[in-house]
Amino acid sequence: MKRQLKLALVAALAAGILLLAGCGRRANVATYQGESNQVAAVIAQRHLTPADVVAAVSTYEPTGRHDPYIMFASGGQDGQVLVYGIPSMRLLDEIPVFTPDSMAGWGYGGAGNSILREGDIPAGPTGPAMQISWGDVHHPALSQTDAKYDGKYLFVNDKANGRIAVINLSYFMTTQIVKNPIFNNGHGGTFVTPNTRYVIETSQYNAPLGGGYAPLKDYEHAYRGEMTFWRFDRKTGRIDPNQSFAIELPPYWQDLAIAGHIASDGWAFCNSFNVALYHGDDMNGKPSFEAGATQRDTDYLHIIHLTQAEADFKAGKFTRINGFAVIPLKTAIADKILYFTPETKSPHGVDVTPDGRYLVVNGKLDPHVTIYSFQKILAAIAAGNYRHDQYGVPILPMSQTVEARVEVGLGPLHTQFDDKGYAYTSLFLDSAVAKWSLGGEYERLHPNAPAWSLVEKFPIQYNVGHLAIPGSDTAQPYGHYLLSLNKWSLDRFDTVGPLYPEDLQLIDISGPKMRLLSDTPLGLGETHYAQIIPYSLLHVAKVFPLGYSPLTGTISKYATQPGQERIIRQGNHVTIFMSAVRSHYTPEVVQVNQGDDVTWHITNIERTPNATHGLAISAYNVNLTLNPGETETVHFVADRAGVFSFYCTKFCSALHLEMAGYMVVKPAGSATVAQR
Amino acid sequence: MSPTINKVLGPRVAPEFKQEHPLKYRIPAWLLTGAAVLLLISVFLPYWQITMYAPQYPNGLTVVSYVNHLGGRVDEVNILNQYIGMRPLQDAAQFEKRIAVAAVVALALLLVAAVEVHSPWAALLSIPAALFPLGFLADLQYWLANFGLHLDPHAPLNMSVKPFIPRALGVGHIGQFSTQALPAAGLILSIIASGLIIAGLWRQRRIFKPLRDTGKSVRATASQAEKPSTSCGSCS
Repeated sequence: MKRQLKLALVAALAAGILLLAGCGRRANVATYQGESNQVAAVIAQRHLTPADVVAAVSTYEPTGRHDPYIMFASGGQDGQVLVYGIPSMRLLDEIPVFTPDSMAGWGYGGAGNSILREGDIPAGPTGPAMQISWGDVHHPALSQTDAKYDGKYLFVNDKANGRIAVINLSYFMTTQIVKNPIFNNGHGGTFVTPNTRYVIETSQYNAPLGGGYAPLKDYEHAYRGEMTFWRFDRKTGRIDPNQSFAIELPPYWQDLAIAGHIASDGWAFCNSFNVALYHGDDMNGKPSFEAGATQRDTDYLHIIHLTQAEADFKAGKFTRINGFAVIPLKTAIADKILYFTPETKSPHGVDVTPDGRYLVVNGKLDPHVTIYSFQKILAAIAAGNYRHDQYGVPILPMSQTVEARVEVGLGPLHTQFDDKGYAYTSLFLDSAVAKWSLGGEYERLHPNAPAWSLVEKFPIQYNVGHLAIPGSDTAQPYGHYLLSLNKWSLDRFDTVGPLYPEDLQLIDISGPKMRLLSDTPLGLGETHYAQIIPYSLLHVAKVFPLGYSPLTGTISKYATQPGQERIIRQGNHVTIFMSAVRSHYTPEVVQVNQGDDVTWHITNIERTPNATHGLAISAYNVNLTLNPGETETVHFVADRAGVFSFYCTKFCSALHLEMAGYMVVKPAGSATVAQR
Repeated sequence: MSPTINKVLGPRVAPEFKQEHPLKYRIPAWLLTGAAVLLLISVFLPYWQITMYAPQYPNGLTVVSYVNHLGGRVDEVNILNQYIGMRPLQDAAQFEKRIAVAAVVALALLLVAAVEVHSPWAALLSIPAALFPLGFLADLQYWLANFGLHLDPHAPLNMSVKPFIPRALGVGHIGQFSTQALPAAGLILSIIASGLIIAGLWRQRRIFKPLRDTGKSVRATASQAEKPSTSCGSCS
């Protein structure tokens, strides 16, 4: 009897659950039908095609949902790094690097000032010091471990002034700028070796190494190119110039570079143009650079044995220029560090396939991409059958080094790789992306596409420069998305005056055919190149450790703990230890005498994410951004008398407006302020 | 031993009888000792937690209370409490927090002592421990009311938030926050301990009251103890 009752109960319960589930499904279908009617109405109203709708749905992130990939894009002449979420293409951040940024309080007192000043041109025999307040950011490079992204650091170069910056990805903050001591501008940076031991930077518009004067007519023998290997120390998170070195190169105009990995580990490569050594003089009847520099049919792919160069550096086989170690060209040739092989006229990017076996050189003025086999290069070096350029550098015959050529279209610039054995080359003149198949080991990944052959050409809008695929420059490309960084937007957006935004086009490459997903205007800068990384590889801090100084990367000895706020006067030196927390400064009133030398330490003692404060001092050009835990120091002479308010620039709480104080500067001659 | 002490300690059970019914006489001891152990463990666990939800705190702000200190987002809640003029949370119950650990140890020792007391005095030794969770909650409610009712009248939000009595348990509202106050693991352990104490005392009474009722306050012999064991045979 009992058992029967139990069975009946269980049956009733099951029936109830089924009934409920059924009701739920019916309700869902009804809701969906209601919404799909609404969707249809919106589609009709906005004149969208089914492809538009699929593209929109492929990139839309509902409120609160995060993007799976994050992109670090150079800001070009903006001098900064832009951070986007992918696929939504939402602009998440602008990391200030080479240019003052008032939103981030970068360059208005505090750590930003000190780091920006690291990149100034020092005084020397050729002239006084020069403050540089902008940069032309070109190529971001994410740090790698075993030729894979490790999400720890980002490096960028400034083409205009030959500088490199280090960005710490725990805090998304620039921590160091180094100025190349031996050249003034360099396009070919930054590229990292497989374990981020070195960050590569090459010179471009060459001049006498180390600065100084030589007339242009002496171009061939007084001017030189070079490739710098900046030694990166992971322990300190900094580049160590004393452990870094450069290799002297002939004064061809060196271009993009890349480090080999896996099969080509221990080697580095860079393109060059203007092998004609043309150096201008158009006002005296000579051709302009654009014609003169492209006279030759081929330029030289530079092949550099980095392992041997490092051994030479350690053995002291270098000279010093402006105190910086440079392996002379003659040594580089004699010690088998440097080789050339011809490449088609005026190439742009050189890219290494994920397995490290092939180098892809993009013709720019030639409709082909040329694929070199690294194995063949090694064989050609071993064969020793070469002629030399006028500087004595061995030239490996192209016939012995080239694996294949693929005709992709007009103006090939840069190549990226996916995870399915395909390469994607940007075609500047065609305004298109060419998808082509790799050969060798990659053939088994695409049995239907023959090796080294064009698969698809996809139009973009317009004038594409770089492309970016997640992980393309590593041994682990992720594929999925391709970003086309287009120089011109022309008719894509509302016209906003004669300076047009660029157009970042996101393309889905996960299927057999490329699919355009979205256009994102960029009116902030010129995104030159970008690197995309799965967000899961990053480990981003939400707050700083309490008292952290972004300048030293350690807990500041000037950090102010709650209860320890104070003002100390020693003669005419006033030191302030201030704390900031919602919604007050302690102390709130600072009294000094005109002419006092003021050192103002301030710590945001918040531990809550997002509780950022600011410190703006009127008339003194001070503007700090203080993230939770951050300690900043600003130093100035209180040379203007009067009453100056300071206030929190970030809307931190309902009492944000009350977060303010006064700096009272007593005029010289009146009764002076005495403080403990 | 003096008769008074013997009266307080109550009747003893002869060793041979204990051997015959090993479980029966150990259960009350286990229950009371177990309660003492649970109480001691509870000192290391939070007793109470309050989580405050607001749009800008989607995961909530949680403050937890141990018997002797506070944990969780105390600093953040104190920053917010400035707006309504509430004193810093750590200022509450300072005396109680100072003596709490010693008090719990004392209560546990009394429980262990009660194991050997087979008279109504056992209840006197155990009841303080049994009432501990109730005492904690009453003290908590006192301090919540004390803090909620004594807001700084000049606080920035004095016009929108008036003095109030937060609830020790349950949901509430304050400003843009909804709050949820819950007992935590330590309090639950102490409540279980209370249950064990009551069960232990009840068992002890079932065993020893008949012995006391025989009027013999001296040590029970095997034959004397046989009577209650048979009368209580079905309940063991």
